[in-house]
Amino acid sequence: MHKVEVSLKKHLPDARGLGLVRDIHDLGIPSVSNVRVVDIYRVDAELTPEALELVCRRLLVDPVTQEYWHGQYPRPEGEAGTEHHSVEVAYNAGVTDPIEDTIIKALKDLGVVDIRAIKTAKRYLIEGQLNALELEAICSKLLVNPIIQHVVREEPVAFPENPRYEFTLKELDITQAEQQFGFSKDELKAISAYFQKQGRNPTDAELETLAQTWSEHCVHKTFKAKIKLGETIIDNLIKNTIMKVTEELNKPWCLSVFADNAGVIDLDGRWALCFKVETHNHPSAIEPYGGAATGIGGVVRDPLGTGLGAKPILNTDVFCFAPPDFPYEKLPKGVLHPRRIFKGVRAGVADYGNRLGIPTLNGAVLFDDRYLANPLVFCGTLGLLPKELAPRGQQQPGDLVVLVGGKTGRDGIHGVTFASEQLTEESSASSYSSVQIGNPIVEKKLIDILLQARDRQLYSRITDCGGGGLSSAVGEMGASTGVRVYLDKVPLKYAGLSYTEIWVSESQERMLLAVPPECATELLDLFASEDVEAVVIGEFTGERRLELLYQGNLVCDLDMEFLHDGLPQIEREAVWTQPRPSEPDFTCPQDLGEALLQILGSWNVCSKEWVIRQYDHEVQGASVLKPLVGKDNDGPGDAAIIRPVLNSEGGVIVACGINPRYGEIDPYWMAASAIDEALRQIIAVGGNLTKVALLDNFCWGNVQQPDILGALVRAAQACYDMATIYETPFISGKDSLYNEFEYEGKVISIPHTLLISAIGVMEDVNRAVSMDFKQAGDIIYLVGTTQNELGGSEYLRIHSLIGNSVPRVNPHHGKELMDRLSVATAKGLVRACHDLSEGGIGVAVAEMAFAGGLGALVHLKPVPLGEPVARDDFILFSESNSRFLVEVAPESEDEFLEIMKGISLATIGQVTGSGVLEIYGLNGQRILHKSLGELKEAWQKPIRW
Amino acid sequence: MAKVRTLIIRAPGTNCDAETAFAFQQAGAIVSRVHVNQLIRRQEQLSNHQILVIPGGFTYGDDISAGKVLANELRLKLGEDIRNFIDSGGLILGICNGLQVLVKAGILPRLSNGKEQTITLAANDSGKFECRWVYLKVNEDSPCLFTKGIDRLYLPVANGEGKVVTSADTFSGLSIALYYTDEQGNTNVGYPHNPSGSEKNIAGICDTSGRIFALMPHPERHIRGTQHPRWTREGAKKYGDGFQIFLNAVRWAAKSM
Repeated sequence: MHKVEVSLKKHLPDARGLGLVRDIHDLGIPSVSNVRVVDIYRVDAELTPEALELVCRRLLVDPVTQEYWHGQYPRPEGEAGTEHHSVEVAYNAGVTDPIEDTIIKALKDLGVVDIRAIKTAKRYLIEGQLNALELEAICSKLLVNPIIQHVVREEPVAFPENPRYEFTLKELDITQAEQQFGFSKDELKAISAYFQKQGRNPTDAELETLAQTWSEHCVHKTFKAKIKLGETIIDNLIKNTIMKVTEELNKPWCLSVFADNAGVIDLDGRWALCFKVETHNHPSAIEPYGGAATGIGGVVRDPLGTGLGAKPILNTDVFCFAPPDFPYEKLPKGVLHPRRIFKGVRAGVADYGNRLGIPTLNGAVLFDDRYLANPLVFCGTLGLLPKELAPRGQQQPGDLVVLVGGKTGRDGIHGVTFASEQLTEESSASSYSSVQIGNPIVEKKLIDILLQARDRQLYSRITDCGGGGLSSAVGEMGASTGVRVYLDKVPLKYAGLSYTEIWVSESQERMLLAVPPECATELLDLFASEDVEAVVIGEFTGERRLELLYQGNLVCDLDMEFLHDGLPQIEREAVWTQPRPSEPDFTCPQDLGEALLQILGSWNVCSKEWVIRQYDHEVQGASVLKPLVGKDNDGPGDAAIIRPVLNSEGGVIVACGINPRYGEIDPYWMAASAIDEALRQIIAVGGNLTKVALLDNFCWGNVQQPDILGALVRAAQACYDMATIYETPFISGKDSLYNEFEYEGKVISIPHTLLISAIGVMEDVNRAVSMDFKQAGDIIYLVGTTQNELGGSEYLRIHSLIGNSVPRVNPHHGKELMDRLSVATAKGLVRACHDLSEGGIGVAVAEMAFAGGLGALVHLKPVPLGEPVARDDFILFSESNSRFLVEVAPESEDEFLEIMKGISLATIGQVTGSGVLEIYGLNGQRILHKSLGELKEAWQKPIRW
Repeated sequence: MAKVRTLIIRAPGTNCDAETAFAFQQAGAIVSRVHVNQLIRRQEQLSNHQILVIPGGFTYGDDISAGKVLANELRLKLGEDIRNFIDSGGLILGICNGLQVLVKAGILPRLSNGKEQTITLAANDSGKFECRWVYLKVNEDSPCLFTKGIDRLYLPVANGEGKVVTSADTFSGLSIALYYTDEQGNTNVGYPHNPSGSEKNIAGICDTSGRIFALMPHPERHIRGTQHPRWTREGAKKYGDGFQIFLNAVRWAAKSM
């Protein structure tokens, strides 16, 4: 065993360490003056001193910037009076560190073979006066996540060995199954009847398969349930809302909907786009970095596994956390602080997404106390594929089952059933095996080679291994034919896995192919040429059975029909009572400048530049409108536009809408508003509604509670109503239910959260419009009608109120307005356009001004009102839907007005060169006067980390 | 006239090969994207090409340090082919990860055996991955043929280890080709104009022949006018600033064929 410690040379600043110093100061420990990070490598091999020296100098150490020691890093000799603390943090046994594989490869290149294992660790050298409690706080709050890491107290003597596995077939009594697998009474009855007919007991693999396949995560039983709400009975909620609108609209450009891993639409007759958004909430709560990384890794495999395989071309990320300034002392036991979750999730998504070379161009970050123990991490991926490859593939009996990509380990076992369960205080300890560390390079290699195999037509069908691992992927793919899999052929990361563990492991970076036998050799050779694992693990049969063998023993033999259609439909009661929060009763302040600064500086509205810049949003060279726009490249763009085919003029707009605050008043209007918001963003950047497709992601609390289920039904109904009028079909979706947390007998449920993601096809990207003001002297139009709709608004939030008048949507008006406005943008009559959302007119005009580096003079008196509103603050901060601020050059006004004839709009002001935002109220008095610098600073300051 | 052939090396984690290929194709070259295994296994020949490119990405995850593992692989397994390629007049372009690889492989500057590396790339001073647009100025005294006729450039960077660090005041066999500047072109600037904290504001370097050039910013991400972050304010030019670099390389290679 050799140990090498590598550190930056003393004269060089340690950026990683300095970041930690800031984090430590944020913990309220100001005494730390410096931190340096040392990389530790343990090499389990017998190396000659010369070989070890070679490994250090040629591989582990940078000769310009680093120095190294064999064995322990010498304790630094500080100046008199300074203290040094040294903490070594290593991965727990069983956690696979992706770096180990790379080092072994690199050592082979150097001619060093016979390496048994590599382990990496980090040493933190912390300078400053610290008591034991403070040091413990730094370790537990910043350096160590006990789920995957520990502080090394003494030198480990050896690498722990994996346990051996000896085959024995495990048969289970049905009565044992309830406890272990969480089946419902009806499900148990169905299973029991099935096996009685077979005249035998089920094996553990069979019950695991049923548990995985019938889990909420895989089969969405709540959305397919028979739900009784008042007098109405809804037989299959999703079929009667989200899927129904798509069926009724029957758009010819919808190529594959609700049938595959992602929804597919036509782009330009030659190419197609597919889009999917998933959540990875529970794992991110426990281990933010790894959880979020595997979230992005998982959703990228959805387009890759759609049709015959799409190239991932864009990522979107939406996060919901508790506020970063949540008091540490109020943190429940077992819960990570929201700041740490935020930073960990961001890093996980960025490190994985950046390495895959997929630009992250769209997203949002929202904050609410109730996401404290249950953060939401939505990851989405857009894919591009030739149109003729859009339909899902179909295997023939005799085709081979080929598993490609990463090896299988004990990672994420029971992730699916875990995702559908409540989190408890003990989750952190018990869910250890559900957490995985992803390896983005394995996935990148897989993407590269799969697209080549696709273009050579070497497989007949493809799907991803996601939740439920092989059990879901094989079970689903083989449903129409039957399939036989030899579990002992699955390549393993390490020995010791039982056949059932192999079957349900959720190891990342794996895909499943159906390969005609005559293509097998070419396919396996192709994968070998780029060092990507590909192994035949079985064959498709014509017998409509799921047969699993391990070392020649039949360990699972299930009828496909029972597996896929045997799940009894559940029946649920839902209730809905409209909450009536009280309306605000404070008086309107004379000056609204402070209120505007407060809203701009609120966690929800403030700049997310810190997040955005750490994502590579330029890779693939396709961006046309970036997430940050304006004079200094730092204004908040409404939606992103990319040019997916580099030598064409066509584009795709990606947008999202989410507003959980409205759901507290009425989930129906929350859902309607989210759809309106996503569509507004598409219109604001120069798109139109001709070819817009939607995705739904419902994150809800415990739907076994009738009122929470009632809220879900209302939101789904709004999806149907709005999408019908806007003519924007849903093409795919996903739900994550039971997002709640039990703490000291109290249940904290997340707010009902619906994320609507939208893609819009843009014929000519050269017509894109950004939201920053362009030219002093231009006219500012407010398009749309303002109502007294402050319910759930950011303005009431700063007064710690919710209110009752939630923003509603009139989709007939909204559609007409958006259609006309898109004609005006297509004609080049719109210099800038920004959609009105959180913070209403006030926030939108401020953002347009500071993004453009230009002032504005605005009057509230001409604002078109749908009902009498007598207060300046309500007009300025109302969050009524279907509204835009539009900058029009004086010479374009006539034509603009001609196109917009009959639409509710008014000139409310002018762009100025003054560097000041000035707003005048209903009675002509000045109600706001703030410099651009002050506004921008308020907006940028909160997350300048 | 025969077409210039460009070989873009792919390795596990390479992720800018497609847009780099697009840039060279726009400049008139025939482009092959070749996996490093194919070169090592002699299924493709470097000598059939006039331009070799190591594009951006995170080769081998940038594990241990950015570009290190591919650098060793090139040095140990393709060292002779690359030396022959250079000696026969070939051009080499390294972008982002490509710069990290070329420096650590001892290709830029060319290190004779046993000589220690004196220039490297370290983690950005900000401690962060930085994706932002930067202003650049070409060093007129540099022999770099890729930047001939160019004065200023506006390109994006996207990296976490982009800080040029040197252990000597002067380097043999090396010339600074590109500096980070502010909007006005001043070379004496700090963060965020110099996004990594690079010594002497170095953004790109080349060898003394001018034929081996590597830079941290991504010229392949500014080929069309609509890639400029402010084209919706300032109007879109037909070609982005990065295009001339590819055009220069292809023209030079065509002339010397």
